[in-house]
Amino acid sequence: MIVVEGLVKKFGGNTVLDDVSEHVRSGEKVAVIGPSGSGKSTFLRCLNLLERPDGGKILFEGEDITDPKCDADAVRRRMGMVFQHFNLFNNLTVLKNITLAPARLKIMTETEAEESARALLARIGLPEKADAYPSMLSGGQKQRVAIVRALAMSPRVMLFDEPTSALDPEMVGEVLDVVREVAEGGMTMVVVTHEMGFAREVASRVVFVDGGKIKETGTPDEIFGAPRDPRLREFLSKVI
Amino acid sequence: MTEALDWLARQFTITFITGNRYKLFLTGLRNTLIIAFGAVVIGTFIGAVVAMIRVHSAQSGKLRALDRLCGAYLAVFRGTPIVVQLLIMYYIVFAFIDNGISIAVLAFGINSGAYVAEIVRAGILAVDIGQTEAGRSLGLSSGQTMRLVVLPQAIKNILPALGNELIALLKDTSVAGYVTVKDLAQAGENVRTLTAEPYFSLIFVAAVYFLLVMGITKALRAVERRLARSDRR
Repeated sequence: MIVVEGLVKKFGGNTVLDDVSEHVRSGEKVAVIGPSGSGKSTFLRCLNLLERPDGGKILFEGEDITDPKCDADAVRRRMGMVFQHFNLFNNLTVLKNITLAPARLKIMTETEAEESARALLARIGLPEKADAYPSMLSGGQKQRVAIVRALAMSPRVMLFDEPTSALDPEMVGEVLDVVREVAEGGMTMVVVTHEMGFAREVASRVVFVDGGKIKETGTPDEIFGAPRDPRLREFLSKVI
Repeated sequence: MTEALDWLARQFTITFITGNRYKLFLTGLRNTLIIAFGAVVIGTFIGAVVAMIRVHSAQSGKLRALDRLCGAYLAVFRGTPIVVQLLIMYYIVFAFIDNGISIAVLAFGINSGAYVAEIVRAGILAVDIGQTEAGRSLGLSSGQTMRLVVLPQAIKNILPALGNELIALLKDTSVAGYVTVKDLAQAGENVRTLTAEPYFSLIFVAAVYFLLVMGITKALRAVERRLARSDRR
């Protein structure tokens, strides 16, 4: 579904991603782990072109999205993204946060979008928050709304950028529950995460990134049970 | 006591009644309001456009030439006094037009636009970049994201500074007399000369400006309160 070939990304003279290749297949749940500053968030942000790659190619459903002629907006409509800091639209109610893109981009009518948004809010247990503003929600509630905002576009793939890193510990569980439910629904997912337990449980494949390169990839059992790369071993010994 | 009252009555009469001088003040007030209002409309429009060009250029690296042009505009109009700009507009740029009010509207509008541009630009930059990224990640265009998400939040940030600019602009128009415009300040000066008495005419004019500014301040407060709805917890 997503094929990455020789991806390079530089910030100034600093090479953050150095010739990264990866293939995410339909239905896969890929957890991307690695030390901070390793380039894993940049990798994710290149997938939906929030960062423009400096080299290499990304194919999404067969289309070269790194081609300058490619319509990035159209690509992003088929890719949902969840941010570390939620990024709910502060000027809009929860309901409007969810309906804005589907209604504006004429994917649904205003009424359809609202019905679907209310159904999604019910699914995450927040039906009564439809008319609340983001500032009235807890961090966990914000992130759950952010997840369904992305789902409302019926994306083909969901990208999660450290979805629980900015949360108070007692709210991590409620957000992971929603992410898990999305996974069980068969969604293709790429999750950058520090939650090793979660990666182990939900991911079908784990990718270890260090120094802008993919150092090792394998099933959770292989990565956590029998890590081969010395940097991965060192990393795991620190975080588990 | 009666002497004082007599003096007041006489001053009032020669300032407002004799020769229907109150009409001079009314015309002056009208002209001041026309210039201020026209200049606000022009200034806000120019300011918003210039700010969006500069922000867009800084974020995307496009529109470089236009960005430099905007930078030059800001430098020139913030770097020279408004009275000099007004005189240049009247005697050089629009020397062929003999309509002080129109030229004053343009001059004050273009001058104000330079200040508004920086206010709006700061307001846009103060909105977390994550708001833009979220909008773009959903497939909204940069224009849609700006219009539906960023600008509504930026307006809330910039309202106090914009109010300041509005007040400054209203009072700046009091130099319109330099290009033969009979604005409120000029009316006061005119009546002062006619009556050979400075007290009533000048203090009255000052009081009218003061009341206008108070009115603007109150109105802006009300708007601010309305916009603060999404901040309530």
